[in-house]
Amino acid sequence: MDNKENIKHEPLVRFHEVTKRYGSLTVLDKLNLDIQANEMVSIIGPSGSGKTTVLRMLMTLEMIDEGVIYLEGKPLTHMESNGSLVLADEKHIRSIRSNIGMVFQQFNLFPHMTVLQNCVEAPINVLGLKPDEAEERAIDLLGMVGMLDKKDEHPSRLSGGQQQRVAIARALAMRPKVMLLDEVTSALDPEVIGEVLSVIRKLNSEHNLTMLMVTHQMGFAREVSDRVCFFYEGKIAEQGPPSQIFEAPKNERTKQFLSAVLNAN
Amino acid sequence: MNLEWRWDFAFEILPQLLWGTVYTLMAAGIGYFIAIFIGLLFMLGQRTRFYVVNRATREVVEFIRSTPLLVQLFFVFFVAPQFGIKFSAWNAAMITLGLHYGTYLSEVYRGALEAVPKQQWEACKALNFSVSRTYGKIILPQAFPVALPGMGNYLVGIFKDTPMLATIGVVELMQSANTVGSLTYRFLEPYTMVGIIFLIISLPTAFGLRKLETVVAKRQGISKK
Repeated sequence: MDNKENIKHEPLVRFHEVTKRYGSLTVLDKLNLDIQANEMVSIIGPSGSGKTTVLRMLMTLEMIDEGVIYLEGKPLTHMESNGSLVLADEKHIRSIRSNIGMVFQQFNLFPHMTVLQNCVEAPINVLGLKPDEAEERAIDLLGMVGMLDKKDEHPSRLSGGQQQRVAIARALAMRPKVMLLDEVTSALDPEVIGEVLSVIRKLNSEHNLTMLMVTHQMGFAREVSDRVCFFYEGKIAEQGPPSQIFEAPKNERTKQFLSAVLNAN
Repeated sequence: MNLEWRWDFAFEILPQLLWGTVYTLMAAGIGYFIAIFIGLLFMLGQRTRFYVVNRATREVVEFIRSTPLLVQLFFVFFVAPQFGIKFSAWNAAMITLGLHYGTYLSEVYRGALEAVPKQQWEACKALNFSVSRTYGKIILPQAFPVALPGMGNYLVGIFKDTPMLATIGVVELMQSANTVGSLTYRFLEPYTMVGIIFLIISLPTAFGLRKLETVVAKRQGISKK
């Protein structure tokens, strides 16, 4: 019984003492971070504080220097070999990575494919879905993000906001357990930010997706997050519910950062 | 020495020159085909993580690129037999053209691959594509339109370099003209005709290649401005 309890409370994602260095620069410093299923966690902080690196590590786009990242209790960055944990090989990573989806600042759609092809390619080739199944799924998702009428266009013909909505649909088509959103509105013109945010809002409220979001949209983070983490110099300087972080920050750095950001608006 | 153009003579030697043209086209075509694959090997060799292979490929490519085709041709045809490696003139020509242009094409491939933004690789990782799918479905289709102009240039280039094969006795267009000249002592018509034949083939090929670039770019949804 005790064991079952444990599994239930196992976080979906766990960063355990994760350290990342670029040369002599320590970007993440022994980071510990748990994300529960269905939780929406926002990461805020000054640039260079390691926010994006957190997502890139979880997506396995960066090699881990120290520590372990777990997904559903299983090590993602490492694998067991003779009873000890060693760095995971490509095969191990690929067996788990489909559970994680990521949306990038620069959308990164495949320019040589139509919107629909962008959304069916991975489900067919990676998950092994039948083409008509994948297409059905893609059409569903494109409808949800309001891009169905553009399904036969190439990305170059779409606005940034439209491309980003397609990128969200493309990531969702893999049915990830956790979605990583990396400054998804930073490259967008102000007038189209809203359309992307409303899609994310919908994912959060209707689909209850576990999300980890790096953002500069303080208002949005405050509105949708279950928890906000303020990063400073590769560490979580302060975390808590948005009401606490935005209304009554305890950490001096958080106060400084928020006042600087809010004054700028 | 008669410098007057003689049409009857020109028509008389035309079949012989056209026959030579067939061999020229074959030499260029087969040589290019070989170069495409050798170029691929050279490119992979330069991208591999195995230090020895990587280093060796780089040196070989640099060496071949920095020495003249004619010298390489002579080396393969005249020098290699002294080490017991014998080739017919035709085979020596194909090997040399393939290697020489293979090094150029490997550079074209390398440039084209590097032109694909690294974010495309990251998007592939995020969607959990295998390495072969990443190359096959995402990277190569985007690199191809970038490589096409360079590949086209070298196709025309290899075609225009085929007269050098005459020096080791491959009977192609140039060699046919040489033969006509040495038998009749008339040089005006054969060499003029050789030039014109090259022009007649090169120009439409270059035009066709440019057309192809546009078509490919369009099919890829990459607008060309």
